Amino acid sequence: MPTLIDLIRAGRKVERHHPWPRAVVDSDAWRAAAGALADGGLSLLGLWGEPSCVHMAIVDERTSDIGVVSLDCPDRRFPSVAACHPPALRLERTIHDLFGLQAAGTPDPRPWLDHGRWPMRFPLGERLDAAPDPAPYQFLPAEGDGLHQIPVGPVHAGIIEPGHFRFTASGETVVRLEQRLGYTHKGVEGLMTGSAVEQAARLAGRVSGDSTVAYALAFAQAVEAAQQIAVPPRAVLLRALMAEFERLANHLGDIGAICNDASFALMQAHCAVLREAVLRAADAAFGHRLMRDLVVPGGVARDIAGDGPNAIRAALDQIRRHFPALIELYDNTASLQDRTVGTGIVTAALARQFAAGGYVGRASGRDHDARRKPGYLPYDGLRFEVPVLGDGDVNARVWIRIREVQQSLALAYQILVGLEAGPVRVSLRAASEAAEGIALVEGFRGDILVWLRLNGDRIDRCHLRDPSWFQWPLLEAAIEGNIVADFPLCNKSFNCSYSGQDL
Amino acid sequence: MRKLLFESLFRQPLTEQAPRPDDAALAELAAAVGRTARRRLGRSLSIREVDAGSCNGCELEIHALGNAYYDVERFGIRFVASPRHADVLLVTGPVTNNMREALERTYRATPDPKWVVAAGDCARDGGCFAGSYAVVGGVSAVVPVDLHIPGCPPSPIAILRGLIGLLEAVDSGVAAR
Repeated sequence: MPTLIDLIRAGRKVERHHPWPRAVVDSDAWRAAAGALADGGLSLLGLWGEPSCVHMAIVDERTSDIGVVSLDCPDRRFPSVAACHPPALRLERTIHDLFGLQAAGTPDPRPWLDHGRWPMRFPLGERLDAAPDPAPYQFLPAEGDGLHQIPVGPVHAGIIEPGHFRFTASGETVVRLEQRLGYTHKGVEGLMTGSAVEQAARLAGRVSGDSTVAYALAFAQAVEAAQQIAVPPRAVLLRALMAEFERLANHLGDIGAICNDASFALMQAHCAVLREAVLRAADAAFGHRLMRDLVVPGGVARDIAGDGPNAIRAALDQIRRHFPALIELYDNTASLQDRTVGTGIVTAALARQFAAGGYVGRASGRDHDARRKPGYLPYDGLRFEVPVLGDGDVNARVWIRIREVQQSLALAYQILVGLEAGPVRVSLRAASEAAEGIALVEGFRGDILVWLRLNGDRIDRCHLRDPSWFQWPLLEAAIEGNIVADFPLCNKSFNCSYSGQDL
Repeated sequence: MRKLLFESLFRQPLTEQAPRPDDAALAELAAAVGRTARRRLGRSLSIREVDAGSCNGCELEIHALGNAYYDVERFGIRFVASPRHADVLLVTGPVTNNMREALERTYRATPDPKWVVAAGDCARDGGCFAGSYAVVGGVSAVVPVDLHIPGCPPSPIAILRGLIGLLEAVDSGVAAR
């Protein structure tokens, strides 16, 4: 089984690609990489296209090395990775929809993001006119006595994003769930191509609204890697402070919302108060409740307000005072535990196969956090733990969040103590040569991958991979054999991004 | 749980805590929404939220309207699960090509009289997504819009303020569709 280093050595190494290597390989090496993914020695971090080539980002699970292998597709075809490694499937269908590159040997040639509603086909590749009468989407069959289908969405009952869920049920029990996403596809990567870095940074912060800091950070780190520039220490700390604050806000919101989907509104009411405290402190400290457009390539757009650290400390203190009672409430309410324990189980094998990040992976035994591996500043100098559990159920995903709230609190206090005066931004180089950068950043939901090629001060190509790509399919597996009424609970415990994967 | 509930009985409600600038504005808005909504629509205003392609930022702030600080339900404003129960469609996002039909069908499923509120900068004209092959444009490119609430995303206060704006416009004789 080839290691990542073998794969990179087998190809032609690409200059000016940072911080991890990229190599152009032949189709044999591409297939070997796919085989190694299937064997489990390597894990898939991303798979994306360009008009006439495909790229695959890989992490070596033994050494934690990261690298990118690329394959030129002069005849507009590439060997399917999904043929032996299912996590690649939706990504390959997307590459076909956007670029018109065919995955040879794919087990599923159906479109994914292209619903037949765009004015053209293959919008980012060699464009063709849209088919006048696109065939209706074929859902996968489920056959048996007494099975019935429940179609849900794209417009859902709650205040959530749009997507379609097709349930096949036998009585109360879900036999199959099939997701159909792509409704919020906005063509972000198309808009980024050719745009100025500043404009692309704004778009990156709008890929998934709940992860605006994490996305902006991943994008900024990729630009900084391509340009080989270092941001000032104060900016590094402020970015981490915002990132942990975003994690706190989202986890608090999720813990409450999961309990609410088990009809336990009391928890929701209390968690929402703490979440609001975080957002108000963010507003006071940084001038925006969700901290949007504040992380920019080169540093942060503006320094924290003079009384910002106090506002943040007050919010942290409030959570530290009130959160323990909520943990106790969650842990000691039998009717709530009855709903969450043993519900929606993701096996450790599936989490590993899909390289699922965030609480979905860590609740199913996958010990991975991009802040640790590959790691980035300032986390090497901060003390924190990465909680990992093995049960893989809704309860475990709640507990991972609870533990991460505690860790983010501790991190935020450490950052506030370490904050020293200094500049918060450096200017980008007026680079003339093309250069490529890649970054992996831990958002609240999991690891966000950004890869880009800069040409001067313009984006030549940028790809952003949401953690949800490798979590959504696991939800289909988790709900199988559960009752329909537990779907909202399972879904909320995943809280995958629609906009982030639709892009 | 009993301790938590017991404490809640004796604690001042969060909505009436010592005023910050925001809280003062909130109290004012709250009274206005309550009065106008009652006059026009009895005691309730039902809102169906539709994400027509947003990044989810607007949804987060619309959710926040329900927390103890804003507690939008105390005015009889509530979010309903079906457009058939709604007086108002609150639409976010640039309308994507892939969501266009869903938005149109939701609009048609909403009984008259009805109003459409477009929330967020993208909902006005597509925002930074305008011009994409995958985006139709703002909400008004697909369904008639009565009011637009700016912001990226609009804060919960701004959304409350926007809903008042709508109610006042309705009062001054703008016909519902």
